[in-house]
Amino acid sequence: MEIAVISGKGGTGKSSLSAAFASISGETVLADCDVDAANLYLLFSPTCEEEEVYIAGHKAVIDIEICTKCGLCVNYCRFDAIKAGNEKVEISEISCDGCFLCSRICPFEAIKMIPNDRSRMYSGSFRYGKIVYGRLAPGEENSGKLVSMVRAKASALAEKKNIKNIILDGPPGIGCPVISTITGASIVVIVTEPTISGLSDLKRAADTVIKFNLTAEVIINKNDLNPSVTREIKEWCRSSGIRVAGMLPFDHKMVQAMVNGKTITEYEPEGEISSEIRKIWTNILKT
Amino acid sequence: MFRIAVASGKGGTGKTFVATNIFQALMQNNQQTLLADCDAEAPNAAIFFNTVQDTISEVTQLVPVINTSKCTFCGKCHEYCNYNAIFIIPPAGIIKVIGDLCHGCGACLAACNYDAILEKPESLGQVAKLSLDGSHYIIESRMNIGVMSPVKVIKAALNEIDHQQGIAIIDAPPGTSCPFIQTVSGADYTILVTEPTPFGLSDLKQSVETLRIIKKPFGIIINRHGQGNNDVREFLLKGNIPLLLEIPYKREIAVAYSVGKPVAEADSFFAEQLLQVVKDILANHGNSSNKR
Repeated sequence: MEIAVISGKGGTGKSSLSAAFASISGETVLADCDVDAANLYLLFSPTCEEEEVYIAGHKAVIDIEICTKCGLCVNYCRFDAIKAGNEKVEISEISCDGCFLCSRICPFEAIKMIPNDRSRMYSGSFRYGKIVYGRLAPGEENSGKLVSMVRAKASALAEKKNIKNIILDGPPGIGCPVISTITGASIVVIVTEPTISGLSDLKRAADTVIKFNLTAEVIINKNDLNPSVTREIKEWCRSSGIRVAGMLPFDHKMVQAMVNGKTITEYEPEGEISSEIRKIWTNILKT
Repeated sequence: MFRIAVASGKGGTGKTFVATNIFQALMQNNQQTLLADCDAEAPNAAIFFNTVQDTISEVTQLVPVINTSKCTFCGKCHEYCNYNAIFIIPPAGIIKVIGDLCHGCGACLAACNYDAILEKPESLGQVAKLSLDGSHYIIESRMNIGVMSPVKVIKAALNEIDHQQGIAIIDAPPGTSCPFIQTVSGADYTILVTEPTPFGLSDLKQSVETLRIIKKPFGIIINRHGQGNNDVREFLLKGNIPLLLEIPYKREIAVAYSVGKPVAEADSFFAEQLLQVVKDILANHGNSSNKR
């Protein structure tokens, strides 16, 4: 089964919890779907066994020697990426969406599409099984497609090694890479915190999960930070028919574990947080 | 208008915390300022203030509508579409637009020789102008649930602040891909907020690399200083990257944030520190009209 961990708001403890789950669930395939900011490899120092190039779309490049400055491409571009200056026509790499239209309509074939090929996907072994992670090169896009590639690799590895559980550590937000992370997952765990922004983002994340007809479960991390917002979150979950799989206290040890390159369940296996995490994991698997 | 983006690679390091508090400090100091929330996937900045909605505008994208009575099923639109948003089975006479995949580029329209494609606007989200007291505003971008990319909504919000005066504080989306780049490329200066942990450092490195590629000036605020380790500081020292401020790790700050209060309102020392950060940025990066 595939368990996706997301949060809406960043910094609620998604990756720390995904890592903890991976270290208590027996043999696992762990997929780091936060391709903008992959972090799990820092805790697990995996051996890299395979590296694949990911083509993150294309960018239009204009050959000013051929260009006659007719301006046709400027009129066609919907992304405001092409500007006709006095001297030459320029294409902004930042605004270009890679749609190919300018290269197709240019009567002089002055525009070429160049693939963005600096992004990578890595897979290998770590101390609890297999790990897959993507690395979107700075400024490259289509992160959702890279997430799909990471998930396909994770599924293939799980099948090959006969591993039952795949844990997907998702990115923050609710856009394309998050949708790619949750689509088709068996369960989506939303990690939230009792802050008003945490609650606001939880609602948007939960709405996204529901829109794609998936089952959401909530973990309230740092629950003692603000008991009244924690209550509010619990009530909101109840009225929305979403189960709260468990709560965890606000504790420095989460950060200390990370600094020591360990998951919290490795750092303090007998601690209160670790035993809660084991309970939550059993709870989640029961669904 | 001088635009300062507040960003971070890693989520939850305190971007919104810093952005809302700088905004609060500038208002308290009677400076002309506005706050733009460009984290369209998870907009939160307005929660920290009492606001009244002044105006709201819909952000749309044009999506093709195919007139099957004119369509000859030649397949040229399908071939032109780089996003696989047009599904076609010519022998069966089936052609469909998959709206979720469409980027609104207009390539299909340019491809069709039979005048069989029209376009209709579809909502991607909203940009709202929220008034605090009639003289200060928050421009909030908010993407609709289920929409793939927030970039167009972010662009619309940035256009709103184009002709304003004073200092714009822009709360940027996390990550280092298109939404982040769109936001910081429209800024005069970027403050990266990080935390002194291994995850914070790893994501900071990626943000720094991105900002260097697009050649934008930036500086760092370390939030929750005292937690974690010293590696972020060492990285900044080695890379000659300006450290603008260290905000100490205090549970009281986390609690104030949790209830939605700008700390700078009651903490004049913190407000002064933030004002100094802005002053230094303007002194070094502002043009003559922005310098005070």
